[in-house]
Amino acid sequence: MPTVSVNKQQLFDLLGKNYTNDEFDELCFEFGIELDEDTTEEALKNNEEPELKIEIGANRYDLLCIEGISQSLNEYLGRAETPKYKLSKPTTQLIVDQSTEQIRPYAASAVLKNIKFTEKSYASFISLQDKLHSNLCRNRTLVAMGTHDLDTIEGPFHYRALPPKDIKFVPLNQSKEFNGEELIQFYNSPEQKSNLGRFTHIIENSPVFPVIMDKNDVICSLPPLINSEHTKIKLETRNVLIDVTATDKTKAEIVINILVSMFSRYCDEEFVVEPVEIVSEHNGQTRMCPNFTERKMDVSMKYINSCLGLELSPEEIAGCLKKMSLHGVASTENKDVMHVNIPITRPDVLHPCDIMEDAAVGYGYNNLPKGEKLSNANFISSPLPINKVSDIFRTASAQASWLEVLPLTLCSHDENFKFLRLEDDGKKVVKLANPKTLEYQVVRTSLLPGILKTVKENRKHSLPIKVFETGDVVFKCEAMERKAYNERHWGAIYVGKNSGFEIIQGLLGKIMQTFRTQWLIDYGANNVGRGYWIEQDDTIRTYFEGRGAKIMFRAKEGEQPQQIGHLGVLHPEVLNNFDIPYAASYVELNSEVFL
Amino acid sequence: MSEFQLNILKHLGDLGEIKSTLQVFPDVDSQDVLSALNSLKAHGKLLYTKNDKMLYELTSEGQEILNNGSHEMKLVQLITDLGKLQIKDVNAKLGPNGKVGQARAFKNGWIVKTKENELELSEKCKDPSQLQDETKLLLQKIVNNETVDDKTINDLKKRKLVLPKKLTDFIVTKGEDFSLELTKFETDVTSDMIVTGSYKDLKFKPYNFNSQGLQATSGALHPLNKVREEFRQIFFSMGFTEMPSNQYVETGFWNFDALYVPQQHPARDLQDTFYIKDPLTSDLPEDKVYMNNIKAVHENGKFESIGYRYNWKEEECQKLVLRTHTTAISAAMLHKLAKNPKPTRLFSIDRVFRNEAVDATHLAEFHQVEGVLADYNITLGDLIKFMEEFFEKMGVTGLRFKPTYNPYTEPSMEIYSWHEGLGKWVEIGNSGIFRPEMLESMGLPKDLRVLGWGLSLERPTMIKYKVQNIRELLGHKVSLDFIESNPAARLDEDLYE
Repeated sequence: MPTVSVNKQQLFDLLGKNYTNDEFDELCFEFGIELDEDTTEEALKNNEEPELKIEIGANRYDLLCIEGISQSLNEYLGRAETPKYKLSKPTTQLIVDQSTEQIRPYAASAVLKNIKFTEKSYASFISLQDKLHSNLCRNRTLVAMGTHDLDTIEGPFHYRALPPKDIKFVPLNQSKEFNGEELIQFYNSPEQKSNLGRFTHIIENSPVFPVIMDKNDVICSLPPLINSEHTKIKLETRNVLIDVTATDKTKAEIVINILVSMFSRYCDEEFVVEPVEIVSEHNGQTRMCPNFTERKMDVSMKYINSCLGLELSPEEIAGCLKKMSLHGVASTENKDVMHVNIPITRPDVLHPCDIMEDAAVGYGYNNLPKGEKLSNANFISSPLPINKVSDIFRTASAQASWLEVLPLTLCSHDENFKFLRLEDDGKKVVKLANPKTLEYQVVRTSLLPGILKTVKENRKHSLPIKVFETGDVVFKCEAMERKAYNERHWGAIYVGKNSGFEIIQGLLGKIMQTFRTQWLIDYGANNVGRGYWIEQDDTIRTYFEGRGAKIMFRAKEGEQPQQIGHLGVLHPEVLNNFDIPYAASYVELNSEVFL
Repeated sequence: MSEFQLNILKHLGDLGEIKSTLQVFPDVDSQDVLSALNSLKAHGKLLYTKNDKMLYELTSEGQEILNNGSHEMKLVQLITDLGKLQIKDVNAKLGPNGKVGQARAFKNGWIVKTKENELELSEKCKDPSQLQDETKLLLQKIVNNETVDDKTINDLKKRKLVLPKKLTDFIVTKGEDFSLELTKFETDVTSDMIVTGSYKDLKFKPYNFNSQGLQATSGALHPLNKVREEFRQIFFSMGFTEMPSNQYVETGFWNFDALYVPQQHPARDLQDTFYIKDPLTSDLPEDKVYMNNIKAVHENGKFESIGYRYNWKEEECQKLVLRTHTTAISAAMLHKLAKNPKPTRLFSIDRVFRNEAVDATHLAEFHQVEGVLADYNITLGDLIKFMEEFFEKMGVTGLRFKPTYNPYTEPSMEIYSWHEGLGKWVEIGNSGIFRPEMLESMGLPKDLRVLGWGLSLERPTMIKYKVQNIRELLGHKVSLDFIESNPAARLDEDLYE
């Protein structure tokens, strides 16, 4: 969720009240935003103006600046009406060239005429663009915006895609001219890497770069990277041209609407915006921009009342919605229908359920009547069968004096293979594409790495160390929709001065006995019923030569025995790989056979 | 009864009271005295109080001085014998202590230094036999246990001639059952006694109940799993069935698209989600009607929704991820429910994965507790009431609900409770009613509303049991001692400081 910093006194002035922290906290809580931090204490020490850090919902782009927060809260408090945004006559055009289809096909634009910035509103204008860029615009990949002093350029404007070498201009806050290629080099330099260098990847491999220029080919901006120094806006700028370029046209419209709705309040004619005619014949996007037509959505009042457990009249519902900037009027044709006007600042409303939620917030979540309808009587619960099996393993292991551990599921490739003296045949293990550290390269196919890491971290514990885990390992499976499945395993280790093989063998016996499975003498030769035995298996290289065995299990009479796991004395190299200076024996089996 | 014990009782009988065991039994080690006294006290024969004394013992150097005179006296003797002594020869004649003797002899005014750097006896010291060897006399006093003032003692300590020694002494008086006889006490009840019945005639030694006993050897379940079990029992008691959440690898479709998370949503970033490179792509969901509904809902809107209005791509939903929430499983279960819609209660507590930087409160893996409740025409008030009942079972009351935003629930509510220890409202969970366009895409009827809520298993555990670092609770760095000594988890239990 984004956090917005606002000047505390400025906000309280806009809200017409100096709130105490508790009062403001309460207001935010009920409205659905969160007061994260009040910097008053820190600010007083540094002789700065106190700020409030407010966390807002990720879909409320209209709350990304103080103008929007105060507007919405004032409407919620009944202190203000929703502004009526109006368009004046267009005076210029933005002509979109077909070449932009190769890189960034959509454009939007508008003019803020006769605007008067103050230092605070100017800073807020810049900050809103930053917030939009990093949230809705997904770090400028989907949408990027630029603002220009209209009095330094002349329309009509052109949006084109040109070869980088042919784009030459002085970028914002620089003194020398760059061409497109040089600019990418410059922003890819180590000093710029964490700044504008974060955005070069969006265009750098394209044969053409998007560029906005005026009728005299004066370059305004190279989206999504940088504006030109020439068109730079200042505190004194009176006429602002906004350009928006995008790969997502829905979001381009949202961005232009949010920018002009928030800042047209500072124009001589409040809430009036000068539109720009977008000429974009090749993709059917020719239109007047922005579009201030309010959206209308019909919503069933029965639905709202039913979801809220209320029986509100149309007027009461409209009252709740008005607090949230939505304007409802009961239909004259259908008694159940309310026509709701959605202002351009509320693109988050997608479905009647969003209107229903606003009615609930307007009413107050904590004022809603508590439901009495849900009884627990009619439901019969049951555990997941494999979890029930797990619990039998867990209880039996703990009763046999083993400690349960809970290592992570992700581990390094080496921990899962090389350290266990195993080869990766590429057929089993799921590999991660983008881990932040080497610790998380694969999803484990055995519980052993995590258990050994736990033992390593607890080397100082008194000996013997006896720990177990019941947990999931993951295997690839081409035949499944998700291409992989979990398998519940049980693993237990004995670590001490001696390997303790017979102790681990005994624990296996205890577990098998818990699952009604008896040990069969002579590898099951003279018995065809349910049972288990262990057979030497020198193919498991994790174990010391001649000290590893597979666990064979026959579920019931007449069935073929199957291998369900293995046990043995861990190979000294394995223990060395995990920095464990002791001997150890280990057992692991697939617990799903007991389902 | 030992001879010594009897001896104590005899003395006590004769004297009525033993004022100092040190004086009466000077040759018995104080430990032996103590154990004899304890044993007799246990029989009620006597009472005693401890009366420790500080004594001083001579060091080997001190003993040397007591036997042969102080270093200064030895120097005087030497000068007396030789008449004069070169300063440089002092150590040669008297060893390393010669210089000490020289310094003290000067201090006492016994010797003077000549121009030729020679030592000779002073005027004061005409007759050396009249000199008092103070050091030796003081040490004699110490040995005789005579009183010596603190300043002098400290001086001797500094000169490393004496060492302090604590002497344990006892004052002994008669006990309630004082006599010279002692019954033999048995220490333990044995099987023999039970078989023969001899226990009836025997006296047993009183037990020291002011003790802890031997530590029991035992295994233990993991603390986090114990809390998990508490949550499971709460769910079971409210009629919830456990979901098959044992599927870590998910498709973009089930983890995101099905939950109405748009394909450009930040949650789908490489920064937040673990993507899988092997295997690389999933199959498309089998139910193509459903998939097309999801596509329509994202792209152009359907089921009364205007949609997100972007180009929805199949390849994005075929990307494989490690599930970022167990809600991916809930979505699959709800899709299944659409075949036979009816009121349903489901839950899961299982692992989820986030590609986050690891710190004290974040791990790349943690557990999500999730409940899903479907019923006809249920209200937001029903959700609120149900949350109150659910959290009351873990001893959390007085909830407040804050509007919030989740892509797949609307309305959405964060659940807060007042935390007495922290003195503030803390978020304990997130909840909401699943969006209609998500459910109707599956084919669920409009009036079957579905509530969902979730919380992490680790966070309430850390708050409740004051664990500061998540790595002390989950993963291989957890201490086995912590697991061994962890008490039972009872979420409804009040924890007192």
